[in-house]
Amino acid sequence: MSRAQVLETADQAVAGIEDGSTVLVGGFGLAGIPFDLIDALIRQGAKDLVIVSNNAGNGDVGLAALLAAGRVRKVMCSFPRQSDSWVFDRLYREGKIELDVVPQGNLAERIRAAGAGIGAFFCPTAVGTPLAAGKETREIDGRTYVLEYPIKGDYAFIAAYRADTIGNLVYRKTARNFGPVMATAATTTIAQVSEVVPVGALDPETVVTPSIYVDRIVVAAARRHTAQGAR
Amino acid sequence: MDIRDPGHGPLSMDELAAIIGHDIPPGSYVNLGIGQPTKIGDHLPTDADGNPAVILHTENGMLGMGPAAAGDAIDPDLTNAGKVPVTELPGAAYFHHADSFAMMRGGHLDVCVLGAYQVSARGDLANWHTGKPDDIPAVGGAMDLAIGAKDVYVMMTLFTRNGEAKLVPECTYPLTGTGCVSRVYTDYAAFGIEPDGVRVLATYGISLADLRQRVHVKLLG
Repeated sequence: MSRAQVLETADQAVAGIEDGSTVLVGGFGLAGIPFDLIDALIRQGAKDLVIVSNNAGNGDVGLAALLAAGRVRKVMCSFPRQSDSWVFDRLYREGKIELDVVPQGNLAERIRAAGAGIGAFFCPTAVGTPLAAGKETREIDGRTYVLEYPIKGDYAFIAAYRADTIGNLVYRKTARNFGPVMATAATTTIAQVSEVVPVGALDPETVVTPSIYVDRIVVAAARRHTAQGAR
Repeated sequence: MDIRDPGHGPLSMDELAAIIGHDIPPGSYVNLGIGQPTKIGDHLPTDADGNPAVILHTENGMLGMGPAAAGDAIDPDLTNAGKVPVTELPGAAYFHHADSFAMMRGGHLDVCVLGAYQVSARGDLANWHTGKPDDIPAVGGAMDLAIGAKDVYVMMTLFTRNGEAKLVPECTYPLTGTGCVSRVYTDYAAFGIEPDGVRVLATYGISLADLRQRVHVKLLG
């Protein structure tokens, strides 16, 4: 892959996303959600999407808006049910969306495995629970593990704090969350950032996502969403 | 071991949080999950200078989490696992989700405290799903914490609204993890899940005889 492209608009950043794509979407609650990319995807119109994210949308913004627009066939997430997940809750109860609940650590590690070229791994999480039902298990050194497979994306949408013009990324506080692992696990990784700086302006010791993982960058003004709502 | 009884009860969840906080060893790395257990954050051990003597982990990628944020300190990029704005303490560190859960699975966390629908006499935990057909399942980090932390404490009311004990011979709710709970702190009593059975560690305003009548698990003590 060639160097990352710095694009003018979020619409350019999401151009070409096909119907039926699997999109890894960073964020936890409202921290680190790539709102501008999701809004651009709604305008872009791709449908029948599989969304992999920790949550299934909060309030009426971000993923909730994408779900409400009827573009999502399936959600893979750890925690869909929240006090403000009414859009997902309604679609789920109407049978209009599939849900694959994945323990949060397995979600992260399965995405990491995809990015790291790991074919599958044995994990102790969920042994003896309904979420391991039907899965292959193995006893290793006296402990039981469940076989888990990678989750790869066609696209990853992540929100970082700063990028340089070749695509090195740094994050801010707990908005980092799934960004670094998702960036590694998609065919095309698209980052929205608060600021793009010249090559050499980021301290190499502080780069979290190296440029090799990043394909498209767009600057988006930080939005101030909190659990109390947008502000 | 003598059974502790402060002489009143049942305890409020705030009183229970203080008791659990007192039992967490200084020097521990601790995860307080979401909801009720986060109250324990107000009751953690401190060192001689009054500084926190434990380091809090939050699953969304932070060690050294401080108290809830208020006013101008609210930063949408800094929240806890319950999506509540929080603060950072000196010595804090941020990391991504795969690292955060590797800390759990890798056995690096000393203590986590979780809520529960039910705990079995063997330490099986049920806390993620009621199993009702119209309920939307949501597991979050509970299964990873349950099998990862060295000690898993449960904080819950001992009885449901209908008066049924939540410490049970076998869980009837879908499991979060098997044999993973080491202590159960409730408003009426605290229990240790031990190899030879369930030991009563403390009672709060209930006699051992009444406890044995209402909880259908063999109680040592």
